[in-house]
Amino acid sequence: MENAWLIPLFPLLSFLVLLLFGKRLKEASAYVGILLTLASLVFSVIVLVARLTDATFKAEADWLQIGDLQLTVGFEVNQLNALMLVIVSLVSFLVHTYSKGYMHGDERFPVFYAYLGLFTFAMLGLVLSPNLLQTYIFWELVGVGSFLLIGFYFNKESAKAAAKKAFIMTRIGDVGLLIGMILLFWQTGSFEYDEIFASVHAGEVSGTMITLTSILIFIGAVGKSGQFPLHTWLPDAMEGPTPVSALIHAATMVAAGVYLVATMFPLFAASDTAMSTVAIVGAFTAIFAATIGLTQTDIKRVLAYSTVSQLGYMMLALGAAGYVAGVFHLMTHAFFKALLFLAAGSVIHAVHTQDIEKMGGLWKKLSFTAPLFLIGTLAISGVPLFSGFFSKDEILIAAWANGNYVLFWLAVIAAFFTAFYMFRLFFMVFAGKERSDMKKVHESPFTMTGPMIVLGILAVVSGYVNTPWFGTFLGDWLVDGNEALGHGHIEGPAWIMIVATVVSLAGIYLAYLMYSKKTLARDWFTSRAPTLYSIVVNKYFIDEIYNSTFVYATKAVSLFLRFIELFLVEGLVKSVTGIVKGLGKTGSKLQSGQVQTYSTVAFVGLAVLLIIFALTGGYF
Amino acid sequence: MNGVPVSAYLALALILFCIGLYGALTKRNTIIVLISIELMLNAVNINLITFSKMGIAPSITGQIFAVFVIAVAAAEVAVGIAILLALYRNRKTVNIDEMNELKH
Repeated sequence: MENAWLIPLFPLLSFLVLLLFGKRLKEASAYVGILLTLASLVFSVIVLVARLTDATFKAEADWLQIGDLQLTVGFEVNQLNALMLVIVSLVSFLVHTYSKGYMHGDERFPVFYAYLGLFTFAMLGLVLSPNLLQTYIFWELVGVGSFLLIGFYFNKESAKAAAKKAFIMTRIGDVGLLIGMILLFWQTGSFEYDEIFASVHAGEVSGTMITLTSILIFIGAVGKSGQFPLHTWLPDAMEGPTPVSALIHAATMVAAGVYLVATMFPLFAASDTAMSTVAIVGAFTAIFAATIGLTQTDIKRVLAYSTVSQLGYMMLALGAAGYVAGVFHLMTHAFFKALLFLAAGSVIHAVHTQDIEKMGGLWKKLSFTAPLFLIGTLAISGVPLFSGFFSKDEILIAAWANGNYVLFWLAVIAAFFTAFYMFRLFFMVFAGKERSDMKKVHESPFTMTGPMIVLGILAVVSGYVNTPWFGTFLGDWLVDGNEALGHGHIEGPAWIMIVATVVSLAGIYLAYLMYSKKTLARDWFTSRAPTLYSIVVNKYFIDEIYNSTFVYATKAVSLFLRFIELFLVEGLVKSVTGIVKGLGKTGSKLQSGQVQTYSTVAFVGLAVLLIIFALTGGYF
Repeated sequence: MNGVPVSAYLALALILFCIGLYGALTKRNTIIVLISIELMLNAVNINLITFSKMGIAPSITGQIFAVFVIAVAAAEVAVGIAILLALYRNRKTVNIDEMNELKH
């Protein structure tokens, strides 16, 4: 564990090597990236195994001395960090492998791998950080990595816009995080997590201040994790290459917000207001994004909205004091959502379109991708025995046990929607008759199916580390030695599990009726409530509202400032330069090159001097 | 010779100098300008000699100085005409208005 700091350095090395030699390595740069992330993965697994038995390890070095203030950098390996390390490095390694097939033939292939390395470095650094300041640094680096990767196809106008949108939207959240961080530092005099929690625990920080700082930090998490109202960037971020969506916008970066709340959990737990804010925002986002997911027709956008919705679940869990449930769902979601994205990428790779209306009957043609996609779909829908079932169940129990019955039922309805739209997606893509315009469909190469198989296995089995049947190993381990995080397992009524199962199966059955068997007309609902449908299909007009308020207002202000700049500032500058220029021009006219003019001036001058001399008698 | 007053010599020198100055400043032909400069130099020579003969302290210095001026003027004209010829060969003109290249 002493060498855990090496883990982020491998991807950084990959980034630097590819930056310097990428052009020469061409497609061989994939091997550099894959090997170095494999090294990270191996180290992460070693660290996780070591952490299973050993105590938390923390090492720090001095960085800056400002007056009495000592800023440190270092790394910490606690349970959550160790788990996140493995998740991040595993998904990153698989995505590196997958991209070798997916990005094959792209002329900026080495650059893509370099960016992946940078992002992985930042993400691993983020989860190792022992203090807020270091977290913030890596937090921003992660944002940069995401920006670069979303805008990878920068000659596409929409990709450029999406990259900018993602960066700006998350920056809005980051402002909250920064202010919260500074307030916390002001109150406790430290950026260290341990010291902050200790002083919160000792009651040195007032209740209002705890609420305020935790909500500000939560705003940062809202931006990064695509929670309402800052969620609009995440679906647009699907402009990036699909492996990037799997890595960043499903498994790792968007989970950083959840991770941050989980890390700061003792702070949040000290304030009921903050906790219920987190829970309400989470539950609302879960159902809100799920309804949008029902209507989208772009395969990646459906997955994006489902990511937003699932992240809402995690936030709900954390807000309902279900620390274990939130982290558990974070882990299972990372696996099955990465699987879904990679499978979706494989579908896109095969049919060259993202519109599910144009797909259909791909089950036989994509004999690897289709079953794997089905596994992911079953897992996210919460079908029993798959990983998503256990983690979602934990969340529902946590919500119920916390007494948030409204939020509990919202989460149940969202689970129904999730099952419905995921199977709608599945049936529309894979079931039905084969399309005549989809003749040349071929299965993806092994570099792409291999990672999907690994994730498929994990999407099934990763739930069994924490089940009510075989023991809550993960939960007990996560909260071990830290009573502030709550209990490893929350007892809930048994009927919750049954309700969750019934709801998800009902969603699947409805999707089956509508999209596969077609006994129920597809527009059964839309024709009955056209207004509601048009609101939902337009994503509640959130983008339009933002455009006509914030964007418009900002544009108006900047236009006004531009006029000030143009006329006031520039006018001043222009007049100054104008005067100088005029003087210069007059001066240069004197230097005409005409010798006779010069000598005339000289003589006239001499004459004038002589006259003055004569008149004043030499006293001048 | 004694009947001629000093002021007459000086007036002659003044008139010569002014004619030379006028020519040097206004004529466009460079040769005329050179000649005008010679006129001015000779006006100076007359002044020098006048004062050497009829000044407050008459001495031979003024006359020697005048001889020097004549020698230097001869050299100057030689150089001047040589430059002018070179210019003329290149530019096919002796118009002084067009010789303004040195300002750059």
